[in-house]
Amino acid sequence: MALLSFERKYRVRGGTLIGGDLFDFWVGPFYVGFFGVTTLFFASLGTALILYGAAIGPTWNPWLISIEPPDLSYGLGLAPLKEGGLWQIITICAIGAFVSWALREVEICRKLGMGYHVPFAFGVAIFAYVTLVVFRPFLLGAWGHGFPYGIFSHLDWVSNVGYQYLHFHYNPAHMIAVSFFFTTTLALSLHGSLILSAANPAKGETVKSSEHEDMFFQDIIGYSVGTLGIHRLGLILALNAGFWSAVCIIISGPFWTRGWPEWWSWWLNLPIWN
Amino acid sequence: MTASTLVKAGLLAGLPLLLAACEVGPKEIAQSGHRGTGMVQIAQKANLPGPVTIPDEGYRDWEPDRSPDAEKAGQFYQNVQVLGDLTTDEFNRLMVAITAWVSPEGSVENGGCNYCHNPENMASDEVYTKVVARKMLQMTRAINVNWTGHVKQTGVTCYTCHRGQPVPANYWTIDPDAMARMGITGNRFGQNNPDKTGAVYSSLPHDPFTAYLKAADPTERKIRIAGVSAYPVSGAQGATLQATEGTYGLMMHMSDSLGVNCTFCHNTHSFSDWSGSSAQRAVSWYGIRMVRDINEGYITPLTSVFPVNRLGPEGDPFKVNCTTCHAGQNKPLGGIRMIDTFPELARIPAPVVAAAPAQPAG
Repeated sequence: MALLSFERKYRVRGGTLIGGDLFDFWVGPFYVGFFGVTTLFFASLGTALILYGAAIGPTWNPWLISIEPPDLSYGLGLAPLKEGGLWQIITICAIGAFVSWALREVEICRKLGMGYHVPFAFGVAIFAYVTLVVFRPFLLGAWGHGFPYGIFSHLDWVSNVGYQYLHFHYNPAHMIAVSFFFTTTLALSLHGSLILSAANPAKGETVKSSEHEDMFFQDIIGYSVGTLGIHRLGLILALNAGFWSAVCIIISGPFWTRGWPEWWSWWLNLPIWN
Repeated sequence: MTASTLVKAGLLAGLPLLLAACEVGPKEIAQSGHRGTGMVQIAQKANLPGPVTIPDEGYRDWEPDRSPDAEKAGQFYQNVQVLGDLTTDEFNRLMVAITAWVSPEGSVENGGCNYCHNPENMASDEVYTKVVARKMLQMTRAINVNWTGHVKQTGVTCYTCHRGQPVPANYWTIDPDAMARMGITGNRFGQNNPDKTGAVYSSLPHDPFTAYLKAADPTERKIRIAGVSAYPVSGAQGATLQATEGTYGLMMHMSDSLGVNCTFCHNTHSFSDWSGSSAQRAVSWYGIRMVRDINEGYITPLTSVFPVNRLGPEGDPFKVNCTTCHAGQNKPLGGIRMIDTFPELARIPAPVVAAAPAQPAG
């Protein structure tokens, strides 16, 4: 694989968190590292177990394959392999692979002397996943509260868990999360369209500069957050979307058991109008 | 004001709001579907209704004479139109029980036998509550005999709904605020009013009862708004958005009444699909039709009998919905089976017995 002219400077030795020089090398363009090895191990084992689960399951239809968590009756104990045990091992593999990957990102950041923004951002996504399959099941006392690993089945789970609280749109953290999700896509669409427009000028015109981009938004909404600022804004919007998603699900069950509309009775009962 | 002061003020104001409405105590959790479907009932133990104590002091040790040659109430007493097939002993015990269940002396104003009877002439129908009670006894028997799809072998007695009160705690009447009217100013179209109990704190339509529980629905499509095909059927009018919200409102009421959530009956993968639903959905299906039968066949016909203070603002009597019996439990009274003690409430005698000659009142 051809290297870019500036590729060499990415190949910095050292900065590893664990293993010293042992895995501090590259395979083609890919850094290996100790956590690259553990990622490969967990990801391969987990994928193999999913395939095994599919093989002993009722279907090979990729939409319908589902690795389901154990019955609630197993509590926080281990379940037999074919009755949710597979899900438990696959969950361990998934967390192992995700966390390994984040730590591999940390090592690369250390090699390059840059901030930890990328592993931190990925960490928020991992946090949301771990909230769903570890923290919330742990608080409710059974691994069976985790979501099943299947394309359709996990969507059904989301729907049913929402309806456990009668009307999930009344979940205040869900409202915040949804607002962040919409805002992050709005910000991305505004930013993306701006960059595409600036970088693809009409025939005969030159590529527009960042001053031109700033001026566009200053004209249209009176303010431009700037070239660096938009990326900070995008990051904080996206991380908040993931974070509040985790909040909205962890409060559903462990900290609120009734319909979410009822939670708002504190608002209805405010002494201002009640 | 500096930024950090603002942050502190925000935390001080926001944290209590975030924490005040939390339920942190131990939970009662039950799986209601296949593992991994997310069909689970979670309740705060502290919120669960406590065990019910049936007020049975008056009849607990009363083993009535049920021998076939015992004297029948229809022959012994005057004007016994419904319970004539009971032995006098069964009849007297039931009267004692009804008093304890519906109008106990002491806790109810004018409670005791006289709540329904003229003490000078027990056979007289001059007290309106006696006329009501007669219809309610017919209703109780009809429920236990005709609606086993819903009440199964547990059955119901007066106590299932009344719980020691002449008027059950939970009933509904037609809500004038929910009735269709013209104009847009101040017109909430029967919704967006979370103070109304029918909406269970939501903005959904708050009187699903008039639409769905008042009378039989011969079309059988009113509640089930899910489409029957992937695309709209040409020429057929599908359900409106308003209709889906109406159904949602009714389902909120049912969930709230039973102290369960939607997944007690439905796999929300497809609400309408019976194969994915739990067995309780079928029980519930009969329940909806039972409630309609109760309201249409037994309560609404009593409209002219009730005094004004027993009628709603639209002049209709206090009708039943799911909460009337269930009161927050998926099995009313926590599943206590009272009908074994009163098998006479679980039969409808042949008309010849009911038509036994009775002396005119008075």
